Order: sequence, then C-alpha cells, then structure tokens
Amino acid sequence: MSKRIEVKDLNVYYGKFKAVEDVSLTIEPRTVTAFIGPSGCGKSTFLRTLNRMHEVIPGARVEGEVMIDGKNLYDADVDPVLVRRQVGMVFQRPNPFPTMSIADNVLAGVKLNNNKMSKSDAEHLVEKSLKGANLWKEVKDRLNLPGSGLSGGQQQRLCIARAIAVSPEVILMDEPCSALDPISTLAIEDLIDELKAKYTIVIVTHNMQQASRVSDKTAFFNIAGTGEPGKLIEFDDTTTIFENPHVQATEDYISGRFG
Amino acid sequence: MTALVVPAPTSARHLSKAVMWITAGVSALVAFGIFAVLSAAGISEGFNIVAAVFVSAILFVLLSYVLSRIVEGRRKASDRLATGLVTTAFIVALLPLVSLVSTAFVNGLPRLDPLFFSSSMRNVVGQGGGGLHAIIGTLEITLAATVISVPIGIMTAIYLVEYGTGRLARAITFFVDVMTGIPSIVAGLFAFALFAIVLGPGIRFGIGGAVALSILMIPVVVRSTEEMLKLVPNELREASYALGVPKWLTIVKIVIPTAIGGIITGVMLSISRIIGETAPLLIIVGMSTSMNYNLFSDRMATLPVFVYTQYASQGSDAQAYIDRAWTGALVLIFIVMALNLIARLVSKLLAPKGLR
Repeated sequence: MSKRIEVKDLNVYYGKFKAVEDVSLTIEPRTVTAFIGPSGCGKSTFLRTLNRMHEVIPGARVEGEVMIDGKNLYDADVDPVLVRRQVGMVFQRPNPFPTMSIADNVLAGVKLNNNKMSKSDAEHLVEKSLKGANLWKEVKDRLNLPGSGLSGGQQQRLCIARAIAVSPEVILMDEPCSALDPISTLAIEDLIDELKAKYTIVIVTHNMQQASRVSDKTAFFNIAGTGEPGKLIEFDDTTTIFENPHVQATEDYISGRFG
Repeated sequence: MTALVVPAPTSARHLSKAVMWITAGVSALVAFGIFAVLSAAGISEGFNIVAAVFVSAILFVLLSYVLSRIVEGRRKASDRLATGLVTTAFIVALLPLVSLVSTAFVNGLPRLDPLFFSSSMRNVVGQGGGGLHAIIGTLEITLAATVISVPIGIMTAIYLVEYGTGRLARAITFFVDVMTGIPSIVAGLFAFALFAIVLGPGIRFGIGGAVALSILMIPVVVRSTEEMLKLVPNELREASYALGVPKWLTIVKIVIPTAIGGIITGVMLSISRIIGETAPLLIIVGMSTSMNYNLFSDRMATLPVFVYTQYASQGSDAQAYIDRAWTGALVLIFIVMALNLIARLVSKLLAPKGLR
C-alpha cells in the first residue's frame, strides 16, 4: 500500500522568489517523517510539492524530481489529480465540507469523483474510515448531521477519515494539531501511530515534542534570513536529531536557543 | 497638609426611560398639533403625516439634548444627540418608502378586485378591464430575461473567481462595471437595433424585451455571484483538490453548493431590479390591450408600461384609468416584495448548516 518517496535537488519558487532550495531526501514506506523548523522556512511549501498541491497557488513552480516508487511526479504526462488520489493531505485547520453530513464528508473523495457505490459498500467504507480515524464511537449515532457541528479535534479526525477513505499510499499532514487542544492532539498522535502500519506519513509540526513522540525520522529546515530560501539542514533518525545532532543549528533549534 | 482624597464618583444623575418617553410624546403632540392646525386653517392641503413624523423626530432630538445637557451633563448629552441624529437619518430614509407603499396601497385598493386579475384591456374604454395581460407579460418577459442572464452571469462569475487571471479577467471586470451603469433606455435601444437588423425595422416582441432586460441583469448577477464565490473559504477548495477531485467537479460540487444560498438571493434581487423597468420595454416590446402569451410574436403588455399608458392616455372615464394605473403599480410592488421574501427564505434554507 505505501510507497517510498525520493526527492532529488528540489527547488520551489513562488514567481521569482525561491522559497525552498536544493532539498534531497528519501522517505521510507510505512514510516512517520516529521519536518521541523522555524516559521517561513519552507516546510509546508515543501510538503505541498509532494502531492503537487503547491500548484493551487498562482505562480508556484518546482525544479527537480520527486520520485514515488521510481515515477517522477513532475513528468509531463503526470496528472496532478491522479497524484493527489495517491498522496492524501490533512490541513492545519480542520476543513470538513459544510454542506455535507459526517457520512458524506467521509465519502466525499469517492462521491465527488462521480464513482457509483452501492449503499452497503458506502456504509462499510464510512464505518471503516471512521474507525480508522478513531472517530466511529463518537459519531456513529449522528452520521447524518453536518460535519461542521463537531468539535475541532473531531473535525480534524473527520478530515483524516476523509483522507484515508480514498485509500491513498501516502498521507501528508500540515501541522494537523496546531489548532487543537492537548487531548485532541493526543488522540491524533495515537492515530498517527496506528496509521503508520499501513501508510507512509509525512507531518509538518511546530511542536518538537510532538516530532520526537510520533516520528521515526526528522528533517530540520532553516532559513538564513528573510528573503532567503529555506534549506534542509539535517535529516536523520529522530533519536539522532534530538539526542546527538551533527549540525550546530539543529542543536540550537531543538534546545530552544532560537526559533 | 495632607491632600484630601475625594473618591471618584461612579454614579451620576441620569434621565429615566419614562422621561424620555414623555419627551417623545410631547414632541409628537406638538408636531402633530402644528400640522393639525395648519390643515384646519386651510394653509396646507390635508393633514401631512410624513412631515409631522419628521418634525416630531427633530423636535425629540433637540428636546432630549437640552434636557440631557441640563440634567446629565455634556458627555451624555452628546451621546443622546448622536444617537438621535442616527435614528432620525434612519427615519428620513424610511419615510419615502412608507409613504410610497401607503400611497400606492390606498390608491390601488379600489381596483384590487378579481376583475383586475381576470381580464385584459381588450375593448375597454371606460370602467372595468384589468391588468391580467400585463401581469402575464411581465412574468413571461422577466422569466425569459432570467433564463438568459442567470447562466451567463453565474458562469462569468465562476470564470472571474476560479479561472480568471491577468488581462482578460481585468477586462471582463471592467466591462461588467461599465454595464452596471448603462441607462436602461440604451439597453432597450440596443435590443431594438439588434432585432431591427436581423428581422427588419419596426419589430416588436417579448423576447426582445427579455434581451434588453438581461443586459441590465447580467452585471448584477455577475457581481453578486462573484462576491458569494469569493466568500467560500479556499481551504474547502484545497480539501477537495487533496482528495484528487478535479477542479471543475470541485467547483460544481463544493464551491457552488456552499455559496448557493447567496447566489439565489443575488439572482432574486437582480430580478427585482429589472422587473420594474419601463423604458426598454416601451421601445422593443411596445404595448397591447389584448392578451398575448407568445413571447416570440407581436407586442405584449407589461405592468410598468401598463401603468404608464393607463396614466398617459386616459380614455373617456379618466378616473377609471388612474385607478387601474395605481392598482398596476401596487401589484408590481407585491410581486417585488414576494420575490424578496422568497429570496430570504431560500437563502435561509440553503445556507450551510452548523457553521460557527
């Protein structure tokens, strides 16, 4: 189900501005990889290049290669829509569709693509996805109520359920817990740990404890100053990054000396 | 010497609500008294209720300011003055509307009978007759104009918000703004010239009026739809893209359903905007005294033009014509009101639920 991601010499631009410079790293299947770094260092931008979501922003473009199981995402014949079906995404702020019920939100990826589905299959998929997102017990009696009536943490888990319902290979999470309270955060972190068995997960976080708790590998990004591009400073096992970093800037950042 | 510490006061004298009500009553009494005397003395023609309300509002603002200045001091007096002025401005804005509706109602009521809704003006030169042909004509032409404008307007708005970048989008926005300011008579002349080229001079039919009205309607639909689409959070679009949903399906199934309440309200308001247009219809649709259900041939009657012709060319019994004109105006007001109420109801029913 999950796939290896290899990034080679990736540069990301917004118009003429170079936002991310020269990133190369390899993300192994069925692992959790965390991106940490100060605000504006290009973590989120880089994350969005992994499923071509940066293209939604006018003027954004990419140089370099992102290989998913040997296939370059930026080849001319690649359809970004098909890429996004394989590489799902969860956003910083929970964004369930306000016009849809909880069940319809989970089925959104299937239904919006005009795929027909029998009622029992649909029910089965809703239950499976919500169970996968640890939300089933809380919402099973109100599947037909609007998704926007849930609490923030529940909405975020609903968004995760929605992402896994289209059975992607990779799930990208862009600061999924930054708008949530500690208890909801814990629920999502537990969920990430379970999802790891099936999916490759990449998570951007500002919370270094969270990175150390949930991830197997950690990448530290930094910028030299405003207007400069963000760079990948260090990428290694999470334990190495947090206990024995090789670069001084990494140590300064994780020990709270800046950022 | 130790300074004497005076605690800052936290209570102050103030005018009670009862006093304010009494002030309001006195101002009203004085204003209405003045106008009653004026009308009794024959100086003004009848009792002028609009002027009386206006004068009593002004009197109340002045009185309460003076009272408050004496009892409460300067700060609260200024507050009362500002509140009073804002409220008076609201009343001034509302008075013409109330006056207009009440006048139309009083004058239109005598002929608001079943006959008005069941007969045309065919072979009527005096009393009797009705505006059914005009009501049907207005509804048909407005419906046709809506059918033409709504798809064009909504698709233009979708282009501007979802696809449009650069010079073409800026040009479209500019021309939509220009179109908003087109005088309605020019729209009528345009439709007339257009159909005269194609179908020969002197052409008059309902669909031409619909084309003229849609020129007035499209910019309003574009503008309101554009605003509604811009209100849809970008996060919803991104959430949809991230599920591997193509852009056009995202627009059709996420963006439009989220904004549909506002879009429908905008369409309804644009209909209210054009349903009372007279000048373009006078040119391209003309007028008829008989029933004509066919949009595509011959002149048609419409309510605004009906009102105009009833007033402008009175027959043997002038009062009967004037009464019909008022009733036509009243029916038009009713239709607009009904459309506005429906718009509110629809936007309430279709608004996304549970939004915080």
